Amino acid sequence: MSSIDGAILDFKRLDLLAFGDTALHRLDARAKVIVTALFVMLVVSHDRYQLAALFPFVIFPVALIAAGNLPFTYIARKILLLCPFVIVVGIFNPLIDRAILLHLGPFAISGGWLSFFSILTRSILTVGSAFTLLALTGFPAVCRALEQLGMPRPFAIQLLFLYRYIFVLTEEGGRAARARQLRSCGKKGMGIRSFGTLIGNLLLRTWQRAERVHIAMLSRGFDGRFHSGRETKFGRNELVFICGWSIFLLLLRFVDLSQLIGSIFLGRLP
Amino acid sequence: MSHHIVELKELHHTYPDGTVALDGVSFTITHGESVGIIGANGAGKSTLLLHLNGYLAPTSGEIEIGHTPITKETLPEIRRTVGMVFQDPDDQLFMPTVYDDVAFGPFNLGLTPAAVEERVTSALAKVEAGHLRDKPPYHLSGGEKKRVAIATVLSMEPSILVMDEPTNGLDPHARRQLMGLMKDFHHTKIFTSHDLDMVMELCDRVIVLGRGKVKADGTPLEIFSNQQLLTECRLEKPLSMQGCPVCGKN
Ligand SMILES: Nc1ncnc2c1ncn2[C@@H]1O[C@H](COP(=O)(O)OP(=O)(O)OP(=O)(O)O)[C@@H](O)[C@H]1O
Ligand SMILES: [Mg+2]
Repeated sequence: MSSIDGAILDFKRLDLLAFGDTALHRLDARAKVIVTALFVMLVVSHDRYQLAALFPFVIFPVALIAAGNLPFTYIARKILLLCPFVIVVGIFNPLIDRAILLHLGPFAISGGWLSFFSILTRSILTVGSAFTLLALTGFPAVCRALEQLGMPRPFAIQLLFLYRYIFVLTEEGGRAARARQLRSCGKKGMGIRSFGTLIGNLLLRTWQRAERVHIAMLSRGFDGRFHSGRETKFGRNELVFICGWSIFLLLLRFVDLSQLIGSIFLGRLP
Repeated sequence: MSHHIVELKELHHTYPDGTVALDGVSFTITHGESVGIIGANGAGKSTLLLHLNGYLAPTSGEIEIGHTPITKETLPEIRRTVGMVFQDPDDQLFMPTVYDDVAFGPFNLGLTPAAVEERVTSALAKVEAGHLRDKPPYHLSGGEKKRVAIATVLSMEPSILVMDEPTNGLDPHARRQLMGLMKDFHHTKIFTSHDLDMVMELCDRVIVLGRGKVKADGTPLEIFSNQQLLTECRLEKPLSMQGCPVCGKN
């Protein structure tokens, strides 16, 4: 439990990275949200057996990470944290779908493996770009941008609170688990029974704390809007950012670059 | 609301589980008064304070702040007037950095970024936490959190300051400093504390709660010289009123 606690705490670093001061950080959040959304849509829209065509898309997160001066290994580690979940989702594909679709020299690759790696690549790309967006913008600003882009305010606020309460929940959880561990004197506690009450307790405590945090917000004049020190405007830089990346990403999607390059160097691959 | 009078009339509060926390509390606090609310654990102090900014609604009875009753319509205004520091600073800090947290209130008041900056800097300076401004609140020590929590409220420049055990968890220096800060706050202040010496030093009026009732209401000297009352309410004389442990003189 304490390690989960630690991992989540580490997630808060994403929020801190958003305080960087590069041109990308200063860009209006809406521009970044729009381009990231387009990126995710284009990546996800690929055919399930498509793998090679996905690789060039890595340019987008990598370019942003470099230009935004973000710690690459930190973000890579955060993405790795999610890989086990993706593997669980995709691991049955190779067992179910055994038709051979591709020969790479002596290796015969089945459709199942192809779609498995395709899922993995797509997850890494979308999650990576989402993390990059957060690290460049910060969650509150992303929520605000979503609201400005037409998402109903209650949803935007819900999203924001969801994000806050995940931290509240893990902190409370970490504390409760520590208390239980200390008092169970190295034995297994009281087994599953005490664990049940612990979870129930945890939900109640989180609820109460969430309520108190909410009242603290209200008593400081919270009216459903999040203000931030950086008021940004949608200007020329934003337009250039959106147009530039949109054109580039659409080209990647509909003109298959890797196949083009591949066919130049290797002859034809399916 | 020019005169920030706090008026409670026959306030009752019963928690959903049936615990009677407040059982007919009435008093009036006038503008500029400094009031300490003391009493045993579970006497109902925190419950009482939570009514003052409308977090808890009375089961029966009335509360008026500056002659305005607390209703749904007046609540935002009341919450702007009453600055509240919670018992647990973790409840109060929710933004990614100390700066953001302290700036949260002023931004909601609609101040310009320059004015917000000024308020944040001065509020943090008052609690000597200027060096913490870019730290995330969850990386602070308990006492530092407390100081920042106080700064978040000071930056709103409230007319009534309500604090639940403000010196709890502070080191002696920070406690002294907070007491100085509270002396400089010339509007109405209401706080609970188990730190009776602080109550003695800062208050011109003390309200003793016991089992949800007002047991006594008077000047610190009156209250702390009533030995029978103190014993009954699980209190004792502040150290400054007890004899010197070395020479035994008063
Ligand atoms: N959420 C709640 N639900 C039910 N009962 C509660 C709740 N909160 C407090 N109580 C009860 O109400 C009574 C008054 O509690 P309160 O927190 O006001 O005490 P307090 O005077 O602030 O004590 P302390 O000095 O320990 O902070 C106590 O008996 C407590 O058990
Ligand atoms: Mg209390």
